[in-house]
Amino acid sequence: MKCTVCKGPAVIDVRRHNANFCAEHFLRLCRDQVAKAIKDFTMLQPGERALVAVSGGKDSLAVWDILLELGYQADGLYLGLGIGDYSDTSGTFARAFATERDLTLVEVDLPTDHGFDIPTGARAARRAPCSACGLSKRHLFDDAARRGGYDVVVTGHNLDDEAAVLFGNVLHWQADYLGRQLPVLPARDGFPRKVKPLVRLGERETAAYCVLRGIDYIVEECPMAAGNKHLGYKAALNAVEATSPGTKHDFYFGFLDRASHRFAADAGAEREELRPCATCGAPTTGEVCAFCRLVERAAVPVALGRRR
Amino acid sequence: MKVLLRNPRRELEVEGPVRVHALLQRLDVPRETVLVIVGDTLVPGDALLDDADVVEIRPVISGGAA
Repeated sequence: MKCTVCKGPAVIDVRRHNANFCAEHFLRLCRDQVAKAIKDFTMLQPGERALVAVSGGKDSLAVWDILLELGYQADGLYLGLGIGDYSDTSGTFARAFATERDLTLVEVDLPTDHGFDIPTGARAARRAPCSACGLSKRHLFDDAARRGGYDVVVTGHNLDDEAAVLFGNVLHWQADYLGRQLPVLPARDGFPRKVKPLVRLGERETAAYCVLRGIDYIVEECPMAAGNKHLGYKAALNAVEATSPGTKHDFYFGFLDRASHRFAADAGAEREELRPCATCGAPTTGEVCAFCRLVERAAVPVALGRRR
Repeated sequence: MKVLLRNPRRELEVEGPVRVHALLQRLDVPRETVLVIVGDTLVPGDALLDDADVVEIRPVISGGAA
């Protein structure tokens, strides 16, 4: 197999591009795809301070590395979610990446700072673990960005993530979610701007980027995610992609080009009702935000557990 | 050759020589869901693996949607 660009030995094929790449040209492809996403969707401006949500996994470390390679100023934010050994290990990878490159990594620890962990919080709130985790992460990303004076929060969502979320939202016609499923969410009502520079890269590509750049990341899957709906949507889309490469790209970018604007009003309707949370001041549709309600329910069982 | 699989982590002994895509087919692993790594670098689908290789089949699918 030869590199489509230089005809040297290839290390990876990217079927949706109908192309093979050597290490050098694959890394260039990844950087070019991220640069194109940033430019096409006006994600970042030179001189802005970005806060990258870092999990210790391939996507967040890849996007942090690529942003730095492209010359952007980017610090990291690691959230300790209290998911047993998984959180301990993922934190080790995030810290090692930052230390080896002399980068700033902001850390927030859910059990220490808010009195509960994700497994306990999910049980107490009777939510699926991924739901409690997502809610906590979104709140804490926004909060850390506001406190640190960052212009933008960067997440490692890739093309596979976005296509799978879109698939789920379409299957259930979640019009408000469809209205918000954009690669850039502008700053508004106390929320910082959020951007997803990896939307033009699949997760096989972000993993390959890390291997070729020598970036160590946590390979093990989060134990809370096993069997979740998101993985099922990815499996369904990958089955289609296997016989029709490029389908995920066409699905997601076709939505952005042709359908996304049709749902803008559904997302906007909810935003008009935002007001400050009575407990923490974060923008919310209710009197108390969903994260503070989760803390109220979840923090007590953890505290009792610790006293025993 | 020694083949390392993840999630769950396990090791297999597979007789070589065998090409990467044939190994994945034999193990019923869809090629788009993994990287194949020998030493510290990626190997493409047409690479020939032999008995001396230590091969990692690394999954790339993550479950978090948030």
